[in-house]
Amino acid sequence: MRLTPRFLLSAAAPLAALPGRAVAEGMPQLHFKDPLLQGQVVWGAIIFIIFYLLLSRSALPRVADVIKARETRIQSDLDLARRARKDADQAQKELCEAREKASEDANATIQSIRETTRDAIRVQAEETAARLEAEIKNAEAQIILSRNNALNSINEVASSTAVTLAERLIGTADQKAIAAAVERAHAAGAEHVS
Amino acid sequence: MASGSTIDALGQFELHPIFGSFGEALRFSQAPLYMVISSAVVLAFLYVGMKPKAVVPGRLQAAAEVSYDFVHGLAVDTIGEKGTSFFPFIFALFFFILAGNYIGLLPFSYTFTSHIAVTFALAITVFIICILTSLRFQGMSFFKHFMPEGAPVALSPILVPIEILSYISRPISLSIRLFANMVAGHVLLEVFASFTIMLAGLGVVGDALAVAPLVLNIALTALELLVGLLQAYVFAILTCIYLREAVDH
Repeated sequence: MRLTPRFLLSAAAPLAALPGRAVAEGMPQLHFKDPLLQGQVVWGAIIFIIFYLLLSRSALPRVADVIKARETRIQSDLDLARRARKDADQAQKELCEAREKASEDANATIQSIRETTRDAIRVQAEETAARLEAEIKNAEAQIILSRNNALNSINEVASSTAVTLAERLIGTADQKAIAAAVERAHAAGAEHVS
Repeated sequence: MASGSTIDALGQFELHPIFGSFGEALRFSQAPLYMVISSAVVLAFLYVGMKPKAVVPGRLQAAAEVSYDFVHGLAVDTIGEKGTSFFPFIFALFFFILAGNYIGLLPFSYTFTSHIAVTFALAITVFIICILTSLRFQGMSFFKHFMPEGAPVALSPILVPIEILSYISRPISLSIRLFANMVAGHVLLEVFASFTIMLAGLGVVGDALAVAPLVLNIALTALELLVGLLQAYVFAILTCIYLREAVDH
């Protein structure tokens, strides 16, 4: 074929003639008496119904099951995580409370020990002081008693010494007079002393 | 096919019996064959895709789940809660048409959605389901919708026939929209493909020129991919809208 005006015309003609041809020969889709066209509709109905039944009874529920299973699993995992977090929070709270309580208990124990110790020390100190006081008093009484005893025995010793001296000197001794004299001297001495 | 200097753009829509005498006897042409193929492809897509049943889906399973979620969302969002029971039908409708449109784009295949008889059969199915649903959910008050509320009674002789006519025209517009889109696309592809063959017959100059319609055809194929999806979507969403009216009003 050559690129002649005649050819160009003939090439363009079908485009222009298309509607005309369609009317002339008719679109195959409009040959409604064509048994194949009628059969196509019947077959189409059968195929579409089978397609629909397979989809609705088998294929689509399968997809739905998978999607639902995934949602359920994600939900349960989320629940699990949420529960774990709640447990952890609870545990932490309990730990904090326990720590606070232990701290309070320890403080109370320290306080009570401190008080008990202080009381014990005070009581002990008081007891010691009282004992010392009593011992001092006892000692003082002992001293006074010893002193008195000593003072009392002075007269006797002096009398017996005077009697012995008098007997040696003069041969005789008036024991009563000597005792009286000693008594007087002692009294005078005591006055002097005191 | 291009034969000589004429273009037979409509020959591609002719039906021929297949499988020999079986096809002739049972009136089984390429159209039902491609219906079977389309349905099988969609079912295989779902069955094979969902086979792993993985919690973390692979590509094919994710695709199957996305298509499920997409149509489910379409049905439930448009129709409402009662849309769940219509969901398998919407899914079947959408993917039957989509697979038909797309498989028809493959070379040497056949587009059954380019037949008004098929699209009208689908549309009339939708129409009948809508009427039955309306009668079930609304009873006789369904017929009140043919008289617009608040309109003067005097106008009813005009309004009621108009409303009935517009209601009846739904399956017609639904079917012609899909049919015309498919036919137009395939006629264009055929015409430009024929140009390529005709120009290639002209020698060196023709070979160079023949590239132009070929490039155009590539662009047209892309456009047809869009149109095929869009028409399936339009068919499905209009069905949903009609069903919502049937359920809701």
